[in-house]
Amino acid sequence: MMDYVAAIVVSVLLMAGALFALVAALGIVRLPDLYTRMHAASKAGTVGSGLLLFAAGIESGEIAVFARSLAGFVFFILTAPVAAHLLARAAHKTGYRLLPPSVRDDLLER
Amino acid sequence: MTPDAIVSISASVALVILAATFLVASWRVIVGPTLPDRILALDTLSGTAIGFLAVVAVKTGFALYIDIAISLGLVGFLATVAFARFVLSRGPLPASAGPMAAQTDKTVRPASKKPDAKVKSDAKLKPKTTPARKTKKDRT
Repeated sequence: MMDYVAAIVVSVLLMAGALFALVAALGIVRLPDLYTRMHAASKAGTVGSGLLLFAAGIESGEIAVFARSLAGFVFFILTAPVAAHLLARAAHKTGYRLLPPSVRDDLLER
Repeated sequence: MTPDAIVSISASVALVILAATFLVASWRVIVGPTLPDRILALDTLSGTAIGFLAVVAVKTGFALYIDIAISLGLVGFLATVAFARFVLSRGPLPASAGPMAAQTDKTVRPASKKPDAKVKSDAKLKPKTTPARKTKKDRT
């Protein structure tokens, strides 16, 4: 019985992670602007790969493997916003502007 | 239906979804009008590869794949940081650089008021921001 519960939890995590990754990729393709694309990719993409790692850790059933997968999840959550912010800042500084649907750019007045 | 079969089937479905994700994101790498778009799509691709490795770890039962996924995440983060520094050091856009610059030609003007940012040292950029902030403070 416990096996079935663990299997269903792992399956749900796998599906959710893969779908989050797919949503991130669709956002990258469909959104109009570098900054809106970044908004899709850096949030949904991080959650997607993090959930998949989490599923791998649960499926293994060992505490050492689970701790490693959790460490990987925390590492992605820590680094993805840093990378996205660095890229957005560099792009804005070098003159890539927001496209017309965006109405306000506070960084321009600095 | 055994628990192993449930996990195996869902892992296969997750692999198919991740393959679709990979294709969609690499389309942005190929098409993407500007360099930061391509960098962002490459970052997403490395995240998708991490997901692939985790699903393969579930499917095969080798826990080593998780370590590979962690190190791939480290490499992907460092690559994105290095690309961002490259975008920064390449300096401001010329006025005719791609569709984004062409669409917002008037608003690009304020960015080009610092043409010596392509001296490509960060120490040059840092004092550049502080006088700007000071003048804004004087104005208000």
